[in-house]
Amino acid sequence: MTFILLAEQVLNGLQFGIMLFLMAAGLTLIFGVMGLINLAHGSLYMIGAFAAAAVAGATGSFLLALIAALAAAAAAGALVEIVVIRRLYDKDHLDQVLATFALILIFSEGTRWVFGSFPLFLNIPEALSGPITLPGGIQYPLYRITLIIVGLLVAVGLGLLITRTRIGIQIRAGENDREMIAALGIDISRLYTLIFALGAALAGLAGALVGAIQSVQVGMGEPVLILAFVVIVIGGIGSIKGALIGSLLVGLTDTLGGVFLPQLFKLVMEPSAATNLGSSLASMAIYILMGAVLIWRPTGLFGARA
Amino acid sequence: MIRETHLNIGLVALLMAIPVWALIADEPFIITLMTRAVVFALAAVGLNIALGLGGLVSLGHAVFFGIGGYAMGILAHHAQTYTPLAEWPLLIEGTKSMPVIWLAAIIASTLAAVVIGILSLRTAGVYFIMITLAFGQMFFFFAISWSAYGGEDGLSIYVRNGFPGLNTLVPVHYFGLCLVILLAALFLNARLAKSPFGLALNAARQTPARVETVGLDPTRLKLVAFVISGAITGLAGALFADLNRFVSPTMFSWQLSGEIMIFVIIGGVGRLFGPVVGALVFVALEHLLGGLSDYWHIYLGILLLLIVLFGRGGLIGILCGRERVHD
Repeated sequence: MTFILLAEQVLNGLQFGIMLFLMAAGLTLIFGVMGLINLAHGSLYMIGAFAAAAVAGATGSFLLALIAALAAAAAAGALVEIVVIRRLYDKDHLDQVLATFALILIFSEGTRWVFGSFPLFLNIPEALSGPITLPGGIQYPLYRITLIIVGLLVAVGLGLLITRTRIGIQIRAGENDREMIAALGIDISRLYTLIFALGAALAGLAGALVGAIQSVQVGMGEPVLILAFVVIVIGGIGSIKGALIGSLLVGLTDTLGGVFLPQLFKLVMEPSAATNLGSSLASMAIYILMGAVLIWRPTGLFGARA
Repeated sequence: MIRETHLNIGLVALLMAIPVWALIADEPFIITLMTRAVVFALAAVGLNIALGLGGLVSLGHAVFFGIGGYAMGILAHHAQTYTPLAEWPLLIEGTKSMPVIWLAAIIASTLAAVVIGILSLRTAGVYFIMITLAFGQMFFFFAISWSAYGGEDGLSIYVRNGFPGLNTLVPVHYFGLCLVILLAALFLNARLAKSPFGLALNAARQTPARVETVGLDPTRLKLVAFVISGAITGLAGALFADLNRFVSPTMFSWQLSGEIMIFVIIGGVGRLFGPVVGALVFVALEHLLGGLSDYWHIYLGILLLLIVLFGRGGLIGILCGRERVHD
């Protein structure tokens, strides 16, 4: 076990976590402000990835692909909010779960219908491919470093948006008392559409960025969606800070667990049994983490007291 | 408006008539489809006890379905390979006997439901939905990485397990067996709803504070409902695995949890025969639309959306109107 291997895995965990944050931030914002549980958030991630892959395939430009991903996901988000989601705010969680589950079916099969069942590929742009050497002699892919930086910038930007701008004030006010801000003359339904589109755009961005290192296919959004749920349950629903810390915890636990748990068991067991047990436990590690957090604090690390 | 009791009697008659017709018309595939619907209905009856009576929105019921499936898969696998399941501390052999498999499925899913229930019921509302979903994923990934029992590929069983006095390889025999179990579960559900426990649970769903003031523990009532619910869904899992002679991690998948919930919703939450209607409609759509288009899930999605947005109370609600409180 060398220092370099450990550093690489920590960076992998950070990169995974920060991409989860882009998903979780939108989910937690939508829940915090509108009280809506949105299972279709993974579909918006998928739409971002498909839009990026299609545009990159047609134009060859990664930047245009990213813009397309943001635009397509935001547009899909706004459309869905206006047509369906808006009718769900005053319904109970069961109805929200089912309606957004229905949206997943529609989006997934619709995408399969348009693009077919085969995965698409989105290439890493020329300028960002290849490794760079970090301090300490660690060779690490430049693209993944870029993802970490982009994700952190988005996190900072989102933090500033919420704490420093007029929209941010309205969002925070909407979390606390929606009748009051409507009474103060703010168009609440436009604000909701805006927040939903913002969350969708973040999911689309994550889809496009991750799409370049994985394959772009139907159903790619749901595993990430469930991890994002784990993140916001750990962080506390409605808290952006909780989403950030939760994502990093989940990203690091999942990545480091997958690499080091089998190694750890090899110290006390025969190799094949150790690999089996280690990888089984590693795949469950984040759920065990979530269970532990909930036993300790049933509303998550930064959640409001229920 | 139709009386709900009349509709229920009609449904039981339909469940019996279709296979008889299929037998006469020599359409064994229809019997297999009906068996599929009956097993799905049983799984959804399980969920309906948690969801309808207890108000627990569990998006992880595939856990119990999968545990039941693997109980069958593991026992039958050891029986067909002639290897013991465990040699220490006592010798456990595999088995091809359905009653033993069912018992194992019920015990295993009961234990899982106790643990998951205790942990999940510490939370409520959205947290409960998400934590049950996450437990489902946990079991899903565990099954995928559990290479001793097939990992991602699952386990195949060569011959369907046996039941004393029946030839389970004959589709209509197996259908009859599943139907009897479904009717027994519905009977249990009806009795449960009218029992002191069911009434207390109903109250705990509506106003937990009042239940607490009369000295009952709402969390405990919900836990018992969750465990009964999990055990029934677990039994359905064992039947489903035997129907396909195959288990795989997809039985744990969250899409399956979603589908079990869809059965309950299409039919009508909290209605005794809601899961039966839902499962029948689902299997019929899957068969009819699936034949027309590869993308039939789009139509399922649209139907579901319309029911959620405009048809409160599911199909039974549309046919029979609001639930009669005093019947």
